[in-house]
Amino acid sequence: MIRIAIAATGAVLMAGSAQAQPQRDPLESPTWQGLAASLFGTERVHFDDRVKVEFPAIAEDQHSFPVTIDARGIAGVKRILLFADLNPIPLAIDYSLEAARPYLAARIKLDQRTPVRGAVQLADGSWLVNGGWIDAAGGGCSAPPASRVKGDWAEHLGEMRGIALNGADGTRIRLAFRHPMDTGFVANIPSYHIEHVGLVGAQGRRYGDMQIEASVAEDPAITTIADAATGEEIMVAGNDTNGIGYEGRLKVAEAPAAFAAR
Amino acid sequence: MPDRRAVLAGLAGMLAMPVQARDFSYVLRPVPVGDGIWVIRGTDAAIAMANGGAIANITVIATAAGTVLVDCGPSLRYGQALKAAAEGVTGRPVTRVYLTHLHPDHIYGAGAFDPAIVAATPALAALLKTEGAGFSDGMYRLLGDWMRGTEFAPPGRIIEGGEEVTGGRRLRLVPLSGHSPADLAILDDRTGILVAGDLVFHDRAPSTPHARLGPWRQALTALKALDHRSTIPGHGPVDPTPATAIDQTRDWLDWLEASLRAAVADGRDMVEAGNMAIPPRFARLAAARYELQRSVSHLYPGIEAELLPRIDPRRP
Repeated sequence: MIRIAIAATGAVLMAGSAQAQPQRDPLESPTWQGLAASLFGTERVHFDDRVKVEFPAIAEDQHSFPVTIDARGIAGVKRILLFADLNPIPLAIDYSLEAARPYLAARIKLDQRTPVRGAVQLADGSWLVNGGWIDAAGGGCSAPPASRVKGDWAEHLGEMRGIALNGADGTRIRLAFRHPMDTGFVANIPSYHIEHVGLVGAQGRRYGDMQIEASVAEDPAITTIADAATGEEIMVAGNDTNGIGYEGRLKVAEAPAAFAAR
Repeated sequence: MPDRRAVLAGLAGMLAMPVQARDFSYVLRPVPVGDGIWVIRGTDAAIAMANGGAIANITVIATAAGTVLVDCGPSLRYGQALKAAAEGVTGRPVTRVYLTHLHPDHIYGAGAFDPAIVAATPALAALLKTEGAGFSDGMYRLLGDWMRGTEFAPPGRIIEGGEEVTGGRRLRLVPLSGHSPADLAILDDRTGILVAGDLVFHDRAPSTPHARLGPWRQALTALKALDHRSTIPGHGPVDPTPATAIDQTRDWLDWLEASLRAAVADGRDMVEAGNMAIPPRFARLAAARYELQRSVSHLYPGIEAELLPRIDPRRP
């Protein structure tokens, strides 16, 4: 896996903190200026390698590329964005976390060689960004999903799988949905995707809300880490762009010893 | 002290090297491994511009009736170079090309040969009708000009399993599956050499884009039961023993499956699974991390669908 480290981060941070002017994108993405303006508005943006964005060295499948954003080294993160600059739908997930650790893993589509990034927002509104380039074959966003080709997507719509394991570093929640996640770029198949997923624990304690775009891979699989207790029941509630609701219940179990030790 | 002209000549030589690499000609060296049988070794790496996609091992077998090839490489240029190199060592024209399975690093050189001599099992021929041409975009993207003129060429001859005797040489054809939906291994009776295709990897991590691990293990059991003396793997060095490479392939597949299942059960995501520690006994396997990450992509969603419990109200 690539562990992205941007050597210039220190210098950029110092220059950036002197005054809020746009920073040079270390990845030199052709769309950075416009994209940053649309995602971050007028908030301050710094490139920071404490936002660990990890993904495989190659995109074996451009329809489903796993990315992990781990910002547990940063205090006070309230929101995480996962995006790929050169995708026709750059943003994949906008995750507002509450009683949760700043950690997000998901699979996204890739439409071409592109920067893949994570951005985390702090309480003061400023953003910390990191990421790296990944090479990919074209068409991840414009090919029909496998379940459309196979024709069985409707039979499995709404199926949810998951586990919640409480270990040394919090309760890891792994969710897997069946959904075609249509981008709208395939002829005669309009955009149709899961657009919201929320996690609520005992006594209505909120663990996070995710706005989800069609650039998330078919059959979304998402990991978060919540501050939930063993035995607690977590409600997973979501809906898609056709207004269909999805509901699931997860009982937090003790993590296996091997995992807890990690 | 070297004089200036010698230094300059040396520099010119160094500069010439990349120019040579850029003329997109394959340098193929058939290495003898038995009586009338040669291997052209592939690079033990991923398909890349630097190797022209020549990563698979190709086997050349001399018979009195003509030259037999097992697989034919990644591109038209490779197929042409292979024909010349093989006929150069055997002194006889290529009269048969066996295809071991559908992957393009093994079969995209077929365009250099008369389709009538390119042979596949019925299962592979059927599979190639739907899948054969589909690798083209990816191969051109990775290899650019190495691929010039390459088009998928379907096999023109269907073979069943069993024995074929060509020019006094008996070849046992063993159709199996597991690495792909239709694999073929070939045993040369004269030398006892098993040409295993990609059912067997050796000191190079197995790749799994079309794999089904259960049938693959059964195929390895079947291969191990053959009375062969040594093995030419699809990738990696020739195994001078009957079973070292077969056992190593099985060991990797067993470890891979058990580890991915454990990772799913632990709630880990695909990035973490691809980052897991690879046991020291696999340190000699080339491309291990690369193939592990590919295998995570191929196998993880299926294991998650199997192992993660349903949490929706409609769960059965």
